[in-house]
Amino acid sequence: MSQKKVKGRALLPRVEARKGTQGADARAGRLIAVEGVDGSGKSTQLHLLEQWLRHQNLKVFKTEWNSSETVKEITSRGKKKGLLTPTTFSLLHATDFADRYERNILPLLEAGYFVLADRYVFTAFARDIVRGCDPSWVRKIYSYAARPDLTFYFRVPVDVAVSRILAGRPKLKYYEAGMDMNLSNDPYESYRIFQGRIVEQYEAMVETEGLVAIDANRGIEEQQFEVREKAKRLFGPETLNMAAPTAMKDNDRR
Amino acid sequence: MTDDSPAFEDDDQEAVERPALATHPPRVRSNGTGNRKLRFYGHGMPYLKDLKVKGHLIVIEGPDASGRSTHTQRIQAKLEADGHAVLGTGLKRSELISEGIITAKSNLGVGKRTLSLFYAADFADQLENKIIPALEAGYVVLADRYIYTLIARNNVRGIERRWSRNLFGFTLVPDLIFYLDVNPEELVHRVFQKNSSLDYYESGMDIGISDDMYKSFLIYQRRMAKEFEKMKTDFGLQFIDGNRPIEQVDADLQGRIDAFLDRAR
Repeated sequence: MSQKKVKGRALLPRVEARKGTQGADARAGRLIAVEGVDGSGKSTQLHLLEQWLRHQNLKVFKTEWNSSETVKEITSRGKKKGLLTPTTFSLLHATDFADRYERNILPLLEAGYFVLADRYVFTAFARDIVRGCDPSWVRKIYSYAARPDLTFYFRVPVDVAVSRILAGRPKLKYYEAGMDMNLSNDPYESYRIFQGRIVEQYEAMVETEGLVAIDANRGIEEQQFEVREKAKRLFGPETLNMAAPTAMKDNDRR
Repeated sequence: MTDDSPAFEDDDQEAVERPALATHPPRVRSNGTGNRKLRFYGHGMPYLKDLKVKGHLIVIEGPDASGRSTHTQRIQAKLEADGHAVLGTGLKRSELISEGIITAKSNLGVGKRTLSLFYAADFADQLENKIIPALEAGYVVLADRYIYTLIARNNVRGIERRWSRNLFGFTLVPDLIFYLDVNPEELVHRVFQKNSSLDYYESGMDIGISDDMYKSFLIYQRRMAKEFEKMKTDFGLQFIDGNRPIEQVDADLQGRIDAFLDRAR
C-alpha cells in the first residue's frame, strides 16, 4: 500500500506501533478499518467480513467509533445540551479512541487478533477538519495509533448515502446534521452540505493516507467479494497460528 | 517515518514555522481600544482566530499542598479590592467533563493517554466556555493550575513530549505564570498536616515507582519538579520559592502581579 506523507505527524506504521510496548511480537495481529459516510454500507460490509473471518476460526475483535462506556456518556450529554465546540468535540472523540486503543486495540493486536474497526482515525481527521480544527493538530493527536494494514473507504455518491439515511430516520440530531457549523437553517440541507464536505476529506485521503476505495454503489455481495479478496492478502504463513483453539473445541463438541 | 526518539524531541519543525512557545509573558500593549488578539501556544482554535480580548490570564502552578489555593484566594481578594473583576478557574472543573474524569480515575483500567485527553477536553471546555468569554469581558482570570501540570504528568508517565505539546496547542499563552516551588521533603509534611494521607495519583502510585507510598511520593514529586524546571524557559514560568512563610510568598506574588498590571494599563 502506498503511503504518502501528509502534513502533521503520520500514523505509526503498524509494526512500529506494536513493538513500542514491551517488545511484543510485531508480526502478530492484523488491523482492518472501514471508513465512509453514514449510509455508505460500511458496517454491513464489516459485519460480513467479521463473519467470514470467524468462520475460518480466526480470533476476531470488532471495535466501533464512539463506544467507550465512560466517554460515550459524556459525549452524549454534551451533545444533548449543545455544549460541544469543535475542539471539545474533537478531544472527546480522541479520548474515546484512546480508551479503546489502550484497552483493546493494541493489546489485542499484540495477542494476534484480527482487529476490525468500524471507523478509525480517518473519521476524526475528516470530521474535525470540516468542523474547523487545525488539520495538523488533529493528526498529531492520533500520531501514536497504528496504521491499519488495510482501510476500506466505501465510496458512494453523497445523494445516495443521504437518502439511505433519511429513508430510515425522519429526524436528524443536531450534531449529526452538522447544525453546529451554521451551514444552513434546514437540518436536511445542513446534513447534505456536511456530508459533502466529509466526502471531500475522504477523497483526499485515498491518496494521502492510502485508503482503499470500494465502489459502494454496487450490490452488497459484489462489494464483499472484493473486500475478502483484498483482506486475504493479509493472511501470512503465521495466520495459521492465529486460529482460535477454543473455537476448534466448540466445533468438536457439537 | 517520523520519530519519537529523544534526540529529536525538541527539534520540532512546527516550532520553527510558528512563533516559538512563549519565552516571556507576551507584552501586547493595548492598541487604543484595549483589545488584543488571542495568543495560542500552537495551532489554537482556528475558528476563534479573530476574537479580541481585554482581560489578563494569570496562572498559579505548583503541586498539591504547595499553597496554591491559599495564594489564589488571597490574590483574588486583593485584585477585587483593587477594583478588578476576577474569575477563578482550575483543572477538572468543567461542567461537561469533570465528573467523567473522577469516574475514569476511580477505574484503574484507564490508560495514561486516555486520562490525558480527558483532562485536555475538560480544559478546552473551560477555556471556551469560561476563560475566553471572561477575557473578552475584561476580567482577570486567575487559574489554579494550567496545562503545565498536565504536561509534566504526561512526561513523567512516558508520553512523548511533543505529543503533549501539540495536544495543548489549543491553549492560550497566559500573561503571567507562577510556579510555587516547594521541596518535596517540606511538601510531604504539608500534605500530612492537611489530609493525614497521601493521594494515590499525586504519589505516582499508578506508575509503580515503589510500593512504599511515602518513598513513591518523594520520588514522584522530585520528577514532577524536574519537569517544571525543564519547562521554565520555554514557557516563561516564574519560580516562586514556596518554602517561605505564607506572608512572604504572598507579598512576592502580589508585587509581581501589581507590576504587571501597571505595565499593561
